[in-house]
Amino acid sequence: MTATTTSARSDLTELGRSETALRTFLHGLPGVDQVGAEQRAAQLGTRSIKTTAKAEAIDLAIRMVDLTTLEGADTPGKVRALAAKALRPDPADPSCPHVGAVCVYPSMVPHVAEVLRGSGVHLASVATAFPSGQAPLEIKLADVRAAVEAGADEIDMVINRGAFLAGRYSEVYDEIVATKEACGNAHLKVILETGELATYDNVRRASWLAMLAGGDFIKTSTGKVPVAATLPVTLVMLEAVRDFRAATGRQVGVKPAGGIKTTKDAIKYLVMVNETVGADWLSPDWFRFGASSLLNDLLMQRTKLTTGVYAGPDYFTLD
Amino acid sequence: MFEYAPAPESRSVVDLKPSYGLFVDGAFVDPASGGSFKSVNPASEEVLAEIAEAGEEDVDRAVRAARTAYEKVWGPMPGRDRAKYLFRIARIIQERSRELAVLESLDNGKPIKESRDVDLPLVAAHFFYYAGWADKLPHAGFGPDPKPLGVAAQVIPWNFPLLMLAWKIAPALAAGNTVVLKPAETTPLTALLFAEICQQADLPAGVVNIVTGAGDTGRALVEHPGVDKVAFTGSTEVGRAIARSVAGTRKKLTLELGGKAANIVFDDAPIDQAVEGIVNGIFFNQGHVCCAGSRLLVQESVADRVLESLKRRMAQLRVGDPLDKNTDVGAINSAAQLARIRELSDAGSAEGAERWSPPCELPERGFWFAPTIFTGVTQAHRIAREEIFGPVLSVLTFRTPAEAVEKANNTPYGLSAGIWTDKGSRILWLADRLRAGVVWANTFNKFDPTSPFGGYKESGYGREGGRHGLEGYLNV
Repeated sequence: MTATTTSARSDLTELGRSETALRTFLHGLPGVDQVGAEQRAAQLGTRSIKTTAKAEAIDLAIRMVDLTTLEGADTPGKVRALAAKALRPDPADPSCPHVGAVCVYPSMVPHVAEVLRGSGVHLASVATAFPSGQAPLEIKLADVRAAVEAGADEIDMVINRGAFLAGRYSEVYDEIVATKEACGNAHLKVILETGELATYDNVRRASWLAMLAGGDFIKTSTGKVPVAATLPVTLVMLEAVRDFRAATGRQVGVKPAGGIKTTKDAIKYLVMVNETVGADWLSPDWFRFGASSLLNDLLMQRTKLTTGVYAGPDYFTLD
Repeated sequence: MFEYAPAPESRSVVDLKPSYGLFVDGAFVDPASGGSFKSVNPASEEVLAEIAEAGEEDVDRAVRAARTAYEKVWGPMPGRDRAKYLFRIARIIQERSRELAVLESLDNGKPIKESRDVDLPLVAAHFFYYAGWADKLPHAGFGPDPKPLGVAAQVIPWNFPLLMLAWKIAPALAAGNTVVLKPAETTPLTALLFAEICQQADLPAGVVNIVTGAGDTGRALVEHPGVDKVAFTGSTEVGRAIARSVAGTRKKLTLELGGKAANIVFDDAPIDQAVEGIVNGIFFNQGHVCCAGSRLLVQESVADRVLESLKRRMAQLRVGDPLDKNTDVGAINSAAQLARIRELSDAGSAEGAERWSPPCELPERGFWFAPTIFTGVTQAHRIAREEIFGPVLSVLTFRTPAEAVEKANNTPYGLSAGIWTDKGSRILWLADRLRAGVVWANTFNKFDPTSPFGGYKESGYGREGGRHGLEGYLNV
């Protein structure tokens, strides 16, 4: 078993060297049946998570939130407030855990870094000409370096969807490798923008491509196109990280982002993680939610569970 | 770890009576002999209710009531009026679906998830579908004015008690027949609740009669000279006996019997979805499914990979309390069925196949069997030939498409089959060659009232569902 794993590992690192090898490998992955994948995702969505399980899931989900603001209108004041909320999501309840990370544009990183320093909350920044990725590679890499220097310890990059859809897999691969290098010690999350990849077969191939190129996380979406994270897309990505670990021994995280707004949704994702890849991924180190409004719904449900009554939205901070 | 807290569906929605009579001529009556039997909850062995046992005299009464209703009310009634009753029944089923689902899970042992999301929606859909046919029979392709047969004797199994009732009663009534139905002795409760629904819908007395009992009751019903049509779903053994007893009479017969379906996985299959399909094929309803994909034929070049995924997936199955909303696999329906599953599984081990089950804790009381697969099975093993009717999968391998066809067809049964491949042309090539009434492609155990269902060879004859399903209840 060890022997096969080692040889499989060396085989896979060779793949990036040739366009043909990469294409042959990616197109040799088992297909995804759309109807079946959507049906499985829907089935997992019918799990009934109540009482103690719900309380546990809510706290876990809070710890997994990448609290995000990616607006042209972001200001130092706005992102500082967001960072403060990340540290203490529920000022009324000190037992409420902090979120996983704060996610902002590179220019906002220094302001967030001041607030988060030493807190254990990670600082993620979208780089590489987010969200379109349509800039020369050198500029994308400079974007990444700037964010890391300013204090980001996680970089959310976008893949070159144009190159991917045109079948230029090596180009996508090389860009991810270069970005990973520019990250230094920062963790690299690779945004596939699954809404633009359109098919589950493409999602599976892009997931493998990102993992082969060294991504630490694969992430569904920028949140800037109409279709963001969905359960079936996340299912296909979870299957990919599961199979990738089986083949290479390396574990990669998953981050659905965009459109996850309610506790109910978040719990469906956690059930899916639990039953697809198992407990190894049920931690903020390996699974994150890219979200903003989700946090307040989680807090509202958390308060409901502890106090037995729903508090109005005015009892939760809007940052 | 993420442990799911218990999420039990409430039983309080069901109003169980201590005892139930027979439903004859629109009313619940006591049996002439006064005999009775008990229906138990297979998940706990708790007695749910005392059920009247119908003898020959009771069956005769029911058949005569059905005859009178046929001649005086239901037969002469215009199709559009019959449709109104069927639509009304369908709507009441939807309204009371939670109650029916809980009762079904209590009596049968199937997970509430399935009775709620599969059985009940299909039951209502069947009544809606055939209600639509009732005034359109001249357009069903059986001539300008097809006539009903008269009184239908219907005997149904315990695996989908209410759904099988719907498959039988809906087309029969739509075509203008009246019925006497015998539910299985281990699962009579939803049929009796259905009788109450007939009352609630003001269905004319005698159109639907329900006689409860075991094999003797069924025999009395099938052999009664007053019935014009016999419809049976159940084992091939009983089906044979019925075919013998009906031979030479004017009775029209449809049989839906056993199966040993092949679920064929090719090397280009979407593996993750194929594994879901394999699990759904054999562990859905504890494998108590006549069309279950009980033989997995997997191409040798991907066998290891598929089996590894399958085992990992099986470890996620949650076996236990049928009323818990997170239960995937419920209880085996009866002690007798459990004994049969055990016997055949032991035979599998004794004949040299390798047995595997995921670690799973089974409740102490009740009838339980862990999801099980056998690898290294050959065509010569009993577990590859006989219907186990439980959560037990036999895994065989093949090398070429031709070999897959040969192995799939090498069974006396022919009810269903599944094909998993990314190649459309291969699906069509295979579907042409498989001797099975239903062939699913890249899915399994999908049902719809518009789609005909039935078998080849020893899996029976006649079709249920769709336009075809009307034929068995029309004089054509």
